[in-house]
Amino acid sequence: MPYIPHTKNDVDEMLQSIGVDSIDALFDEIPKDLIHSDMPKTPHRASELEVNQILSRRATRDGTPLCFAGAGAYEHHIPAAVWQVATRGEFYSAYTPYQAEASQGTLQLIYEYQTMMTSLTGMEVSNASLYDGASGLAESVLMSVRGNRKSKSKRILIAGNVHPTYRKTANTIVKNQNITFEEIAFDNNSGIIDINTLPKDPGDFAALVIAQPNFFGSLEDVDALTNWAHKHKALVVAVVNPMSLALLKAPGHWGEQGADIVCGEGQPFGIPLSSGGPYFGFMCCKQALARQIPGRIVGRTIDLDGKEGFTLTLQAREQHIRRSKATSNICTNQGLMVTAATIYLSIMGFEGIKKTAIASHQNTQKLVDKISAIDGADILFNSSIFHEFVIRLKKPADEVLDRLADKNIAGGVSLSQSFPQLENALLVCVTETKTDEDIALFCHELEAALA
Amino acid sequence: MSEIPADLKFSQTHEWIELNHDGTASVGVTDHAQQLLGDIVFVEAPEVGSEISIEEPCAVVESVKAASDIYAIVSGTVTETNEELTDAPENINTGPYSDGWIFRVKLSDDTEIDQLMNAEEYAEFVESEEH
Repeated sequence: MPYIPHTKNDVDEMLQSIGVDSIDALFDEIPKDLIHSDMPKTPHRASELEVNQILSRRATRDGTPLCFAGAGAYEHHIPAAVWQVATRGEFYSAYTPYQAEASQGTLQLIYEYQTMMTSLTGMEVSNASLYDGASGLAESVLMSVRGNRKSKSKRILIAGNVHPTYRKTANTIVKNQNITFEEIAFDNNSGIIDINTLPKDPGDFAALVIAQPNFFGSLEDVDALTNWAHKHKALVVAVVNPMSLALLKAPGHWGEQGADIVCGEGQPFGIPLSSGGPYFGFMCCKQALARQIPGRIVGRTIDLDGKEGFTLTLQAREQHIRRSKATSNICTNQGLMVTAATIYLSIMGFEGIKKTAIASHQNTQKLVDKISAIDGADILFNSSIFHEFVIRLKKPADEVLDRLADKNIAGGVSLSQSFPQLENALLVCVTETKTDEDIALFCHELEAALA
Repeated sequence: MSEIPADLKFSQTHEWIELNHDGTASVGVTDHAQQLLGDIVFVEAPEVGSEISIEEPCAVVESVKAASDIYAIVSGTVTETNEELTDAPENINTGPYSDGWIFRVKLSDDTEIDQLMNAEEYAEFVESEEH
């Protein structure tokens, strides 16, 4: 199937009418030595049939294990209607439209998405999404440095239990702007940040980054941490699991003034795990920072005839107008994922996601209660959790995971790479998708793997 | 034709500056600049107490069409910002040389102001930019 609809005749006619000899001549401004004609590492082209075959073979490699792995991507039930509606021709696009106002339906959807996200996070402004949770954190950090009117510091304090991949990604994106991260150690017994060990005189810093729940699934004392950061004139960047917000206090109400910027991974809302992506990041902030937030914002207005309509707003800060001084280099977002998430939220409603969050928490608690009966497995941290927790095993976690994989169980995520100091630690998640039989099977096989 | 008061000094980036009696100077954008920008919707003034240095961007004026930097045309310490612009940024359109002042600065180098254009020179500069 040809992907370019123009025939050679069409192309020749077009070239003739603008008076150019060849397509290449259109690019003659590019210095010759910068042009790469030879790309030896690019594989030879394949036909549609061949590509389909390669991809379907790869797709089956994951199999369909019983999944107890989380660590940032979570298996939740997705109502069949979500993708049935999301893949309708009217919605099925990865982009926000170029002639935005001509696509009122898409703008209305983004407006509704932004309304739902601000109400979940307790914030006043939401953008139309970012690539994923990790790049969302990077943009939040950049925004906190730009937006902190009380500090010119490029120093960021970050909790040591924020997702390790998020920390790496954020550092990669911001380090060339001389922004530095300093880690705040978590308590070894609770896995959370102990408010009493925070430095009395932390010096000048732009923002404090905290995760709720943290990477280990534990709940932080977010009120105290938020107040501490604000006392030192820093902004608070909250990294949250949006599903947990159905149960936990919205970041906008943390402490006395609330978090300033909220970001995270939107995948739990109707996006399948699908080997790690595509997902989408979300980002919300207080009104005072509205002009610093990257990406697009949709507003509701009335037209000349007094009819309701939707429009892109605050565009003067975007790259097509502000060029190199734009608030971000984001040129697209994860439009289709946001479409699915918006449909998911509208089908589930707040009650629906609350039930999902409660069922996930209760199922996790059931597993926690059973773990202590297993020889060679202990709960590592003594803190409150949402739907994920760390088990300390008597054998290396990677070895145990291999044994479980043989039984078609994805038994969790080993922390041997990211937190080697925790020794034989396994991060396990249970969502509403697991039955009592599933949990019993997991315990049975874990016991066998440890024996 | 835009208004150019005779007693002010002007920059090539279309800011004006006026020396006050208390040793500070007020800064804003010219009538010509506000006409080019169109309806102003937001002003981000520098923080009071902050140091600004000549030719560095220190404020942002946002219209419905664009967000434009305001450059420091002199070096010094910001002593005051026009808080009325928060609720009424359109004052820059209606009175660029009066209610539309953006911030006041205590000059750290009095000679910098002498390098700027007077009204006559600025009028010629605007004329030459248009052609």
